[in-house]
Amino acid sequence: MIEVKKLVKRFGLKTVLRGVDFHADAGEFVILLGPNGAGKTTFIRILASLSRPSMGQVKVAGFSLPDQSAAVRQRLGVVSHMPLLYDDLTAEENLQFYGRMYNIDALQERISTVLDLVGLSARRRDMVRTFSRGMQQRLAIGRAVLHDPDVMLFDEPYTGLDQDASEMLDVVLKNVAAAGRTVLMSSHDLARAEELGTRFDILTRGIISASCTRSELGTRNGSFIGGNLLTFYKQALAG
Amino acid sequence: MLKPLEITKKPARNYSRAVMAITWKDLAAELRSRELLSSMLVFSLLVIMIFYFALELDVKARNGITAGALWVTFAFAGTLGLNRSMAVEKDRGCLDGLLLAPVDRSAIYFGKAISNLVFMLIVEAIVLPVYSVMYNINLFNPGLLMVTLLGSVGYIAVGTLLAAISVQTRTRDVLLPILLFPLAIPVLVAAVKASSGFLLGLDMSEITPWLNILIVYDIVFTAVAFMVFDYVVEE
Repeated sequence: MIEVKKLVKRFGLKTVLRGVDFHADAGEFVILLGPNGAGKTTFIRILASLSRPSMGQVKVAGFSLPDQSAAVRQRLGVVSHMPLLYDDLTAEENLQFYGRMYNIDALQERISTVLDLVGLSARRRDMVRTFSRGMQQRLAIGRAVLHDPDVMLFDEPYTGLDQDASEMLDVVLKNVAAAGRTVLMSSHDLARAEELGTRFDILTRGIISASCTRSELGTRNGSFIGGNLLTFYKQALAG
Repeated sequence: MLKPLEITKKPARNYSRAVMAITWKDLAAELRSRELLSSMLVFSLLVIMIFYFALELDVKARNGITAGALWVTFAFAGTLGLNRSMAVEKDRGCLDGLLLAPVDRSAIYFGKAISNLVFMLIVEAIVLPVYSVMYNINLFNPGLLMVTLLGSVGYIAVGTLLAAISVQTRTRDVLLPILLFPLAIPVLVAAVKASSGFLLGLDMSEITPWLNILIVYDIVFTAVAFMVFDYVVEE
């Protein structure tokens, strides 16, 4: 579903990604971990076709970037810490707008289903500016799944959420992943990442420096993977 | 659980639907907030009042400066609107939301340009009668209205493209006029000359060259924006 080879991204003289190799199979929930400035957001923006790679090959859902970016965007849902919603439109109007941008047929029915999924049916006619941060983020997920994407990218979606809103977002994220989508999420929240992810990749100094699956975390006691994600993460950063 | 959707394969329909969706979204949001139109309108009315009190002109002199005063007002008010229109997209990350849509990105340009043009024309529709009453000049001349439309199209065509560039910088409020005014000189000069020609009742043969410049400018900058918008908005 996602295949990246030798990806390099430069901004002027600064090289942010230095040859990233990455893959995610259909149905995988991959968590991308790494310190601030490691290039996680840049990596996700390239996969989302919001940024052009300087070098390397990127394929999402079988289509190459940047050449087939429209086809990739049709199959891609993106949620970042910004909700990408319009404050002066209602929840329903926001979804109507994005539904038209994706040319979705039977849009009204689809919007109702999505609002049910994210638990906002009762607030469908309220302005987004009256929503809490948690509700905005749930609606942002609704916006991202509206066109039924095969691949979902989440860039630190828990930023700024309180405990209740985070737990509610957990439920929505699990529903999204349960539909068989490939999910890539960057996060600093290791406890939450360990609960949600099926694989964990560490991005440091512009490369994927370590990777392991959930089963490896739990069962292996090898030299660099400890019993939990925190140990694995610390050892990966130290190495 | 969500039902799977079929992926549509009608690019032309997608394109026009996306353009209309962006325009609809901008107009609906503005209808609620009235932030953009009110600031453009108040600014425009202040400018024509300042001209009125500062210049204290006689009737003949008024006729001479009307075209210039009007286009200075429209240009400054238009810049305010262009800046705000793109800033709204950038501040909440919505520009990324638009760029993620599976349509040719020039659809975003045309959607934003049409809504910017509508806002500018609304302001002009209010400013022209007010100016007409304050300065006691009849501005309801079909020729002048046509020049206003052509000039506004050209100004918005280049302004929307440059607003998309400047909004990605930290100095966007200052950068837009710095980029826009030099490029808009041809359209502003042609619009002022053509407007002045209609107001002074000049022969059409003297006005036509300026109208031609306006038409060519509109076509060229719309075509340029169509070709380069994708590169302008992508990192």
